[in-house]
Amino acid sequence: MLARLGLSSTAELFSEIPERYRDPAIEIPPALAERELVELMRARAAENAADRAHPSFLGAGAYRRSVPSIAGSVVQRGEFATAYTPYQPEISQGTLQAAFEFQSVVCELTGMEVSNTGLYDAGSATAEAVLMAARITRRRSVAVLEPLHPGTLDVLRTYAYAADLDIEVLGAPPDPADPGPAIRGALDERHACLVVQQPDFLGGIVDLELLSRAAHESGALVVAACDPLALGLLRAPGDAGVDVVTGEGRDLAGPVGFGGPSLGLFAARRDHMRQLPGRIVGRTRELHGPRRADGEEEEPRTGYVLTLQAREQFIRRERATSNFSTGQQLIALAFTVALETLGPRGLGESAELCYQRAHRAAARIDELEGYAARGRGSWWFQEFLVRGPLPPAELLRRLKERGITGGLDVSGRPEPEAREAILVCVTEATPAGDVDALIEALASVAAEAGASP
Amino acid sequence: MELPQGLLYTAEHEWLAVDGDRGTIGITDYAQDQLGDVVYVELPEPGGRVESGSVFGVVESVKTVSDLYAPVSGEVLERNERLDDEPELVNASPYGDGWMLRVRIEDPQQLDSLLSPQAYEEVTRQEQRGGE
Amino acid sequence: MNVGERDIGARLAFDRGSPGRRAVSVPRWEGEAAPLPPAGLRRERLRLPELSQGEVVRYYTALSRLNYGIDSGTYPLGSCTMKYNPKVDDLMAALPGLADAHPLEAEERVQGILRVGHELQEALCSLTGFAASSLAPAAGAQGELAGVLMVKRALDDRGELGRRRRVLVPDSAHGTNPATAAMAGFTVTQIPTASDGSMDGEALERELDESVAAAMVTMPNTLGLWERGIDEVAARVHAVGAYLYADGANLNAILGRARFGDLGFDVAHVNLHKSFSTPHGGGGPGAGPVLCGAELAPYLPAPVVVSDEGGLRLGRPERSIGRLQQFHGSYGVLVRAYAYLRSMGLDGLRAVSEHAVLNANYLRALLVDAYDLPYDRGRVLHEVVLAGTRQRREHGVRTYDIAKRLIDHGFHPPTVYFPLIVEEALMIEPTETEPREAVEAFAGAMLAIAAEAASDPDLGRSAPCGAPIGRLSAAPAARRPDLRWLPPGE
Repeated sequence: MLARLGLSSTAELFSEIPERYRDPAIEIPPALAERELVELMRARAAENAADRAHPSFLGAGAYRRSVPSIAGSVVQRGEFATAYTPYQPEISQGTLQAAFEFQSVVCELTGMEVSNTGLYDAGSATAEAVLMAARITRRRSVAVLEPLHPGTLDVLRTYAYAADLDIEVLGAPPDPADPGPAIRGALDERHACLVVQQPDFLGGIVDLELLSRAAHESGALVVAACDPLALGLLRAPGDAGVDVVTGEGRDLAGPVGFGGPSLGLFAARRDHMRQLPGRIVGRTRELHGPRRADGEEEEPRTGYVLTLQAREQFIRRERATSNFSTGQQLIALAFTVALETLGPRGLGESAELCYQRAHRAAARIDELEGYAARGRGSWWFQEFLVRGPLPPAELLRRLKERGITGGLDVSGRPEPEAREAILVCVTEATPAGDVDALIEALASVAAEAGASP
Repeated sequence: MELPQGLLYTAEHEWLAVDGDRGTIGITDYAQDQLGDVVYVELPEPGGRVESGSVFGVVESVKTVSDLYAPVSGEVLERNERLDDEPELVNASPYGDGWMLRVRIEDPQQLDSLLSPQAYEEVTRQEQRGGE
Repeated sequence: MNVGERDIGARLAFDRGSPGRRAVSVPRWEGEAAPLPPAGLRRERLRLPELSQGEVVRYYTALSRLNYGIDSGTYPLGSCTMKYNPKVDDLMAALPGLADAHPLEAEERVQGILRVGHELQEALCSLTGFAASSLAPAAGAQGELAGVLMVKRALDDRGELGRRRRVLVPDSAHGTNPATAAMAGFTVTQIPTASDGSMDGEALERELDESVAAAMVTMPNTLGLWERGIDEVAARVHAVGAYLYADGANLNAILGRARFGDLGFDVAHVNLHKSFSTPHGGGGPGAGPVLCGAELAPYLPAPVVVSDEGGLRLGRPERSIGRLQQFHGSYGVLVRAYAYLRSMGLDGLRAVSEHAVLNANYLRALLVDAYDLPYDRGRVLHEVVLAGTRQRREHGVRTYDIAKRLIDHGFHPPTVYFPLIVEEALMIEPTETEPREAVEAFAGAMLAIAAEAASDPDLGRSAPCGAPIGRLSAAPAARRPDLRWLPPGE
């Protein structure tokens, strides 16, 4: 090959790099053979006390779910996993049709009219929703209703700084089932949107219809970041008047994976179709049907293409609706397969199982001497607040001594129910034995604390 | 390429038909041909204003997007609502059913700075040379 | 349903199966039932497919067979770096101790995955010549946003943000560059490309003043060429108080050969799914770490993995632009990139750039007589940008047709009509994982197509004829978008 290029050494390939910058000293460990690599990675994995054998009651935006196993096997197919963004539709119908399935699943689940093919995660999808609301309303302030995931709030601040928008944080309504009073009076014609989480960060179920009605009085759009499993049980946000639904799809697609890669859901009303960020797939037909052996043209077949592309960065450049390019397509595929495998009844039953297991666990903890376990508001889904005989940090530390991650310390939060509390999550995938182990450990911590306060 | 005589043109490929103080605006046959299949046209609502030389809307084709520049200043009287559902009219009939806006022309002097069909044809000829 | 279904696109999973059919069972709740929320808060209906598990698997298997991946064959998409992804890396990312780690788990319990993150940060810094990095960005475009926001906040701290509102971007740049600058609140000034394929130095000089916040430069650029005099560009950008950003989408061309930091760049992002070989998944997930010198380090997005007496922990740089995602980054992708890096070592990474550049030059040599080559230096780096201008002018065969014809020859087409400054562009990146025979086979197809364009131009215009589906009608799809399943009659 070098001879064909008229070169005597491969070093000449890089002759345009000025010599003083060429081949610098770089520190990278020497190459490992596959077998050595596997050993190394197993050792890294073993340094984590993080597999499912380890009881954990952490949720707060990342949930261990029962994902149908076929979701994981479908995405391993090389034709899906090793394709690029479907720029050539004739040889990308697998990715494209699956993405259309995804859009359809998301629309059905959220009760919305249009969906894109997914964004990075719930946090950045919610931020994109805020930017879209600002474009649509031409307003510059954003109201955020607590309790919202602190990670999401942090991302909103990052994106708001980019777009020079103001963020106003509204205190939590005492009961998320009656959010109107916290909103009326706080919103006015400056607000592009109100951002809310369903269920809220402390687990409470929000009445999105009352909330939307209150927010719409000032002309603000409503952006709701929803847990897709909870939507198996709860009213579709689109039916409740929400304008943009975002959410986190990762946990219904596969393992929590240290919180990423994730899958941002993003669905909206058809009126706002041309303002959506990200990629969108549309259904169309062949220009000409295939030719039969006798030369006759058959009926054109149905196919799928990336559409509404004039919104996107590679065409509109500095006036694009977003800079979004590579996204989370393979996770969207796993999400789609998982939901289509569960089907309407499976998803509903999973959501209800999650609800019942969490409520039963809370009731059992509440019965323990020295503990109070309460969900936030009138109705809650899978997370509840536990107060015990010791301050939250100390309680968690003693549970850790017993091999259990007890939950998240939320005692620094402003909501009254978070005071002195840990946030405990029980889902449909939490093994019953883990809940028993938690109950036992809590009892033993209480006994220990009683003995030596 | 079709280039009707009774119209005025801009170097950005819009045409203007003048009827008293009313003007009708669209894009030229040359422009629609360059864009390819038009899929969406974004236009201001009646009651709004357009400013001579400023962007008043956007026309999208499958692979490109172009700004629309107002030939004259004035109030928007009417927008072609048919384009909402049939943007392909811009391709099929750029000077007829594919018209975009009707405006009230505020300052007839602005008409003097617009191009004649011959001057516009020269613009397109130069663009084509530049493109090869 | 079977794999050979004639019009598989006409029936979605939603249109298949039968009411009541199930693919998986869910455990029944046997205990005491807590009351459910009242009807007004509860879902009324949920329409999802009702299929057996076998039907789901066959449907998606059938769909997968309509796709072309790097596992199927040569995929020379310029700028996208479609190279073989080692399967062992997927298995490593799926190890339960890594895949099941909860992002809010106490740091002492996730030291293993934090070690992966920390070593990856260090290795990326060493490879790019920077002092600090954050793995938080989910993809290249988010890495760009992080980098430009770091510049924004630094200017804010200097009290200069009010007057520095412009970002300079070459006209050969990816669309994400101007879109990112605009998203960060800046206006974009385009810098033309000179006839040698580098940025026009005089135009740059004219635009550089104290209203400039940053210049974003892809290195090497999208023509597959080294930006000549980049160190001088850096000096001039710095002289007016602005920052120089490196779009590292093409890092694979210079892996181990040259470093952004040494060349004078202040901040950069790299695409791990490109240079570090994680599967592209039909459009993600990827990861786009951002790297910078000491001056901008306090502004890095959160979190960064820091090492102190107590071990490794997630930290927030002092003046951080904040988070980009709820959690810490695309760790599943980061683990794959780390595994790749460890299995390559420095020599392996240098071999990557060497073979990638060798392949691109070999391909250039094989095709240079049959296609136009607008910015010709006699040599390219990782990719070559040809033009189908001759075929269009002489035979009415467009680059679009050439791409479709390549499908009939069994190849994925290269990137087409990009960069925008090249008419009828064919941007070809063979990557290092294509063996010589594959490069020659691809070149053979390109030469055959050039010959066909002359002898039988209609062949191109009606291609592809051997693909799972023919050319699709894009305009009606965009005019009256059909974007989701609806039941018949709705």
